[in-house]
Amino acid sequence: MEAFLDNSGAIIDGFSWTVRLALISALFSFILGVVLTAMRVSPVPLLRGMAAVYVEGIRNTPLTLVLLFCGLGLNSGLGLSFHESVQWNVYWLAVLGLSAYTACFVSEALRSGINTIPFGQIEAARSLGLTFLQNMRLIVLPQALRSVIGPLGSVLIALIKNTTVASVAGLGVQEASRQMKLMFDQGVVPVIPTFIGFAIGFLVLCLPTGYLFGWLSKRLAVAR
Amino acid sequence: MSILGQQQAGVLFDAPGPRARARQRLYSVLAFVLAIGVAAFVYLGFNKTWEDVLDAPGSLFTAEVWQVDEAGQWSAEKWEPFLDPAIWTDMVLPGMMNTLHAAAVAAVLAIVFGIVFGVGRLSEHWWIRAFCGAVVEFFRAIPLLILIFFTLATPLAANQLLGVPFGTFQVSPLTAVIVGLTLYNGSVLAEVFRAGINAVPRGQAEAAYSLGMNKTQVMTFILIPQAVTSMMPAIVAQLVVLLKDSALGYIVAFPELLRGFSLIGTRFNNVIPAAIVCAAIYIIINLALGRLAVWLERRNAQRGKATAKPATAPGVQDVGPADRTGAAAEPRGRGEPGGPSGPPTPPAR
Repeated sequence: MEAFLDNSGAIIDGFSWTVRLALISALFSFILGVVLTAMRVSPVPLLRGMAAVYVEGIRNTPLTLVLLFCGLGLNSGLGLSFHESVQWNVYWLAVLGLSAYTACFVSEALRSGINTIPFGQIEAARSLGLTFLQNMRLIVLPQALRSVIGPLGSVLIALIKNTTVASVAGLGVQEASRQMKLMFDQGVVPVIPTFIGFAIGFLVLCLPTGYLFGWLSKRLAVAR
Repeated sequence: MSILGQQQAGVLFDAPGPRARARQRLYSVLAFVLAIGVAAFVYLGFNKTWEDVLDAPGSLFTAEVWQVDEAGQWSAEKWEPFLDPAIWTDMVLPGMMNTLHAAAVAAVLAIVFGIVFGVGRLSEHWWIRAFCGAVVEFFRAIPLLILIFFTLATPLAANQLLGVPFGTFQVSPLTAVIVGLTLYNGSVLAEVFRAGINAVPRGQAEAAYSLGMNKTQVMTFILIPQAVTSMMPAIVAQLVVLLKDSALGYIVAFPELLRGFSLIGTRFNNVIPAAIVCAAIYIIINLALGRLAVWLERRNAQRGKATAKPATAPGVQDVGPADRTGAAAEPRGRGEPGGPSGPPTPPAR
């Protein structure tokens, strides 16, 4: 237990990176996901095609490859750099990769939410003369969002768990899973208690999120 | 609605008139310009000539900036390795075999795990229900990577707890990846099977009981086969997740497909071509699996069998003209929307 307590600073530090990665990526992936959804149902064929290619392509690529590409391709290859300090630079690169990847799943969830809207609503909006963007902004997206809160919660939980992949070599954000690996590699900490400690850390992050989104989805469900 | 090039009205918009068509052309052009701009930036960046443009913006319109640079990622020599059969047989195929090996073993084990724990959650004995529920919820809520790291550290744990000397048993990265993939995907599949068993019409089990079958027989011969059939699309969709997650083996030095490509990338200094080819291979395999899931679902519908869906996931149909490919009835799991989040929902009867 001593060794474990000696590492408490590293553990807290690791989880703070995890939470930061998850929150900021959630924000960006949500924005990008809404834009992609609007593109996929828009009247302009080229926009539809671009969004479809993006979503289908990124969704079927392993996240490990996406984040590796952010590290080796964008950073080393393109010289893309966000910050002077290394740890913040890899953090923003990881946020970029996680957001680009998660946005696909946000978009898929939202598109399934558009299906739940009664056809008459959209037709009525069109008959009032609302343009496509007005229709999206005032009629479609608000209702679609309320009906996919549950699935979006699942996407967020998956994102929290996916932040661990940011520890991949070539990127190397010092988040929780990497801290755990480092402790195991030193070979001084008790393995099972350490593992259970980190697992509880993730449970504490994921389970309340699940319950919150479950409650919200009931609370905000569109009454029909 | 008959003139050339007339678009059909979609769900969310009317058939465009002349002004709307003009506006859409404008948007198309803008989108095209944006896409070309991004493509040009990426091309120049990996061509190593972007710095020249930054130094002298005027040079953007000169030919030498656009010429393929020898030092850049687009030069022919960087792509040549992929035309060399030896590279494929020595570096790509072994990795591919490892990936498919791990994925296949984990898929079989995960389906077995899923059936056992899915049935366990429906047991009449509360302690079996509680135990299976706790196991499934635990492995679904923790990251797969942590599970893999822990599996790799089990020799150390055995040494600490039982005093087993080091070297008595080794955990290879392959084993760690298979164990991790099995526990996580098996837990997700347990939920799938539970929903599938609950979705079998009640009369089936009642009829079986009335024939004098006992609980085990009803489960084995009546419920599980029908649940597996109706859940086949969801199972295949989960296999896509499993295959993608096998790439996590890269992080623990398991020599799978992605590692094969990263070795090529460091050897020939062609990270970008390697990444593009590698992504293409994964995308092709996963799209094929996705198509298979859609086909299975259609076949179920044609045979008049319901494809059961867990109550938590909204069914996905087509929206307007957006052509839906790939995703199956029930995208779930790592990074997939639709899995039950938080508390298990009561099964829909």
